[in-house]
Amino acid sequence: METYDAIVIGSGISGGWAAKELTEKGLRTIMLERGRNYEHIKDYKTANKNPWDFEHRGKVTQQELKDHPYIGRTWGATEAVIDSWAKDVDCPYTEVKPFNWWRSYQLGGRSILWGRQSYRWSDLDFEANARDGWAIDWPIRYKDLEPWYDHVERFAGVNGSKEGLAQLPDGHFLPPMEMNWVEKDVAARIKERYKGQRHMIIGRSANLTAPIPGRTQCQFRNRCWEGCPFGGYFSTQSSTLPAAVATGKLTVRPYSIVTRILYDKDKKKATGVEVVDAETNLTYTFYAKVIFVNASALNSAWVLMNSATDIWPGGLGSSSGELGHNIMDHHYNVGASGVMEGYEDKYYYGRRANGIYIVRFANFFGDKRDYLRGFGYQGGASREGWQRNVAEMSIGAGLKETLTEPGQWTVGITGFGELLPYHENKITLDKDTKDKWGLPVLSMDAELKDNEKKMRKDMQEEAKAMLEAAGVTQLRSWDNGHHVGDGIHEMGSARMGNDPKTSVLNAHNQVWDATNVFVTDGACMTSSACQNPSLTYMALTARAADFAVTELKKGNI
Amino acid sequence: MNRRDALTRVGLILGGTIVGAELFLSGCTNPPATVLGGAGTNFTNDDIAFLDEVAETILPATDSPGAKEAKVGTFMTVIVRDCYTEADQKIFLQGMQKLNDACKQKNGKVYLDSTPDQRHDLLVALDKEQKDYMAAKKKEDPSHYFRMMKELTLWGYFTSEPGATKALRYVAIPGKYQGCIDYKKGEKAWATS
Repeated sequence: METYDAIVIGSGISGGWAAKELTEKGLRTIMLERGRNYEHIKDYKTANKNPWDFEHRGKVTQQELKDHPYIGRTWGATEAVIDSWAKDVDCPYTEVKPFNWWRSYQLGGRSILWGRQSYRWSDLDFEANARDGWAIDWPIRYKDLEPWYDHVERFAGVNGSKEGLAQLPDGHFLPPMEMNWVEKDVAARIKERYKGQRHMIIGRSANLTAPIPGRTQCQFRNRCWEGCPFGGYFSTQSSTLPAAVATGKLTVRPYSIVTRILYDKDKKKATGVEVVDAETNLTYTFYAKVIFVNASALNSAWVLMNSATDIWPGGLGSSSGELGHNIMDHHYNVGASGVMEGYEDKYYYGRRANGIYIVRFANFFGDKRDYLRGFGYQGGASREGWQRNVAEMSIGAGLKETLTEPGQWTVGITGFGELLPYHENKITLDKDTKDKWGLPVLSMDAELKDNEKKMRKDMQEEAKAMLEAAGVTQLRSWDNGHHVGDGIHEMGSARMGNDPKTSVLNAHNQVWDATNVFVTDGACMTSSACQNPSLTYMALTARAADFAVTELKKGNI
Repeated sequence: MNRRDALTRVGLILGGTIVGAELFLSGCTNPPATVLGGAGTNFTNDDIAFLDEVAETILPATDSPGAKEAKVGTFMTVIVRDCYTEADQKIFLQGMQKLNDACKQKNGKVYLDSTPDQRHDLLVALDKEQKDYMAAKKKEDPSHYFRMMKELTLWGYFTSEPGATKALRYVAIPGKYQGCIDYKKGEKAWATS
């Protein structure tokens, strides 16, 4: 029997933070990762390859597509990172409605592969449900999270510009990355045209624009998701894991699929977890006083659904009837792009792993639309490379010489829209379908509804209008449709709230029915806002860990 | 039972003619002619030499190396073998022979025996053919074989070491980002983005 002070289920962005905070506060902690070990630098096998060192020059093979039927539908399937995604055929899921689930089953999870965009929420977001009378209110406000945003930004390293915007609070930023010629002019023209009410700013990303202890600054290679040999961006491996290891109190166990949380109904507390070893299929049990569930939004719900089923058939946290419901995402695949003429004598140097951000402007400060909530845009400007379609060119030396020079400047933006929480957007256990380990799989049943569809129309039209106002020509706009999960921001399956009858977690991310179980990944979200969510998961995790240790010392949990 | 019998029987079982069977059968009695792509995706050295020369005509050596030096022929065979669907493989493989046949028809000799100018003129014509086809085709229709060859050539060349470092500018570790620098006509584009 192995006993720890704390168990952390999952090693991604929020799991890494839980491990760091709990160990630094003195708790002997085991972090359980269902996939393989993935060591910092050593296992970043492609990160220093040149383009010509890749046998398929970036493309996945037919065999890899067969092994990855879900990720194979997405832009995530590339030669460099295909092995970092879960092998889909080993762990299928059921699609009542189409669902693209981006999973990484290895140490660090999606902290290695993430897009690194890092934005604070504001009270515009935390008050949104209450203001609109939609779903349930968040049990916290910006002031509750603000010191924890400070805390995580300082440690993780987030670059950005201070803008003084109420809807997108400034943080503790490293120096901002630079906009290029065209982006600067587009930003200025949008500001002028919309009289200072719309803001195109440089993206805020978790790349180091200045070194911080133990990590080298970003080298502008733009190959983050292969793993950075410089530790130039935030990942579990570059950031939280070394800190947790340094305490001497962390144990990491890969190949550990947590199948259920063990629950003592007399004490109304969890006592530990049961694990199946992904390599040997042997079962192990680990005990602890505190359990942090950070398996990623949908898998955290899956663990809860499989726990304490002798008391609640729907699993631990299901007493409210909300476990697995209110699945959200950010809907995108809608935007506009075009050509900017007149900058043929301008260029840039380096590959910026970041873009521009157009801050939300819909439905606040007097603005009113025919739908609730809002959206932001991400994008950028660049000169075309050899991949451009040169319609008038045929073959031969002329084609070659043309393609050795940069092409025209193009500008593109794509929207990220808020998806409302709907009770009927849900995941359930499909007990008839089993994965490689004989475990029941998830069934996905979530879709965009009228509010999102109206918003998408607006996202497309506004994108076009803003680029047009900025002088972009040959405009093209699109709505390629969105299946829930496409945004890679799935969330909401075990929401926080003020009332155990309508929520799974309380204001401190404790499961109402087992107060020593904390869920601090995307599962806990009560609404989705439109900002990229990872920074908020980090802050919520650090806050909950602090609370957990305080409560533990008081003897309350 | 010899090969002819076997093929005939298969034809009977399927209740029809085997497409290409005549060509196949004639190969049994006549001296075997080299069929480009005839070994399927086990590409032969002849296939690679042929594809190298097709690629070289698309992107010839100028003041920077050409596609042949960048080993684009080999690259094409790797991608077609590992990354193409079976349907696309078939189009590509048959396309190699079609290209050679078109050359015979136009120049009276196979592609490798043709002069650089003859090769160039042929591929200009095929490029026009593929553009017309691609513009007219339905979305679900397959690509034109020469479209595949041209795309593979550009992709294989500009991601190769000679292509990326001599025809373009490649910097493995830029170390910084400068969003606003001047550009003078003639300067190379960055190899990666």
